[in-house]
Amino acid sequence: MALAIASRELDGVTVLDLSGRITLGEGSVQLRDAIRDLIAKGQSRILLDLGEVSYIDSSGLGELVSAYTTAKNQGATLKLLKLTKKVHDLLQLTKLYTVFEIFDDEASAIASFK
Amino acid sequence: MEAESGPVSVPSRGRQSFRLNSTMDSVGEVEAAADQLATEAGLDEDQRFHVAMAVREAAVNAILHGNEYDPARKIHVSLENTGKDLVFTIADEGRGFDPEKLPDPLAEENLLRGTGRGIFLIRSLMDEVHFRHLNPGTELTLVKHLPPVPQKYLGS
Repeated sequence: MALAIASRELDGVTVLDLSGRITLGEGSVQLRDAIRDLIAKGQSRILLDLGEVSYIDSSGLGELVSAYTTAKNQGATLKLLKLTKKVHDLLQLTKLYTVFEIFDDEASAIASFK
Repeated sequence: MEAESGPVSVPSRGRQSFRLNSTMDSVGEVEAAADQLATEAGLDEDQRFHVAMAVREAAVNAILHGNEYDPARKIHVSLENTGKDLVFTIADEGRGFDPEKLPDPLAEENLLRGTGRGIFLIRSLMDEVHFRHLNPGTELTLVKHLPPVPQKYLGS
């Protein structure tokens, strides 16, 4: 299954609900385009909900990092919500767990942007 | 003898070799075949994920960095359940590279790079990884040890 991205607004935060796989050729490009679109529109608070992401590869991990740095370089903030075990384990293995602000609970994540 | 390009099907024992086109479709086929072999070997979900992901990363490297999507170059894949290990080889026909010269993706200065985690993940997820220089190309051998079969299940 490729990546599906749904966008919603919550207290000034854009939440992207991602569902499916973030891999080379299957989701990396969609994610990159979605982040660029948000930043081009001036959205500075972005929360990626990864609760339905079933699989991510090294390209997808790279895309998450690029999304983070792209946002940061444009003065925006990008945080992560609800990691599956697979994604959690890979972020720990690659030390990317130390890069991102990660939340299990949406309300806490939204509140953290204030 | 290698089979020609086509859907990959894997028996639970014995070594099978395939020659596949340098396309993302081949990556999906190799990943699915690795997952099937790991499933048939009785690995748990985490281990199956590790095997399928490592093999996928190796196939992506072979096609993207090795063969550079060149339709004239093929990838050569073998899968085997030896009874003690799952053994995968993935070879490309590219220019080759020195795995010892790859930057450490865990180093502070590399942490925010968008690429460079594939080989690290392969090494982290498998029990053994071996590199062999071909002429041309690179061959990776990935090994996952199978859990020992309890004595009570062994025939006398």
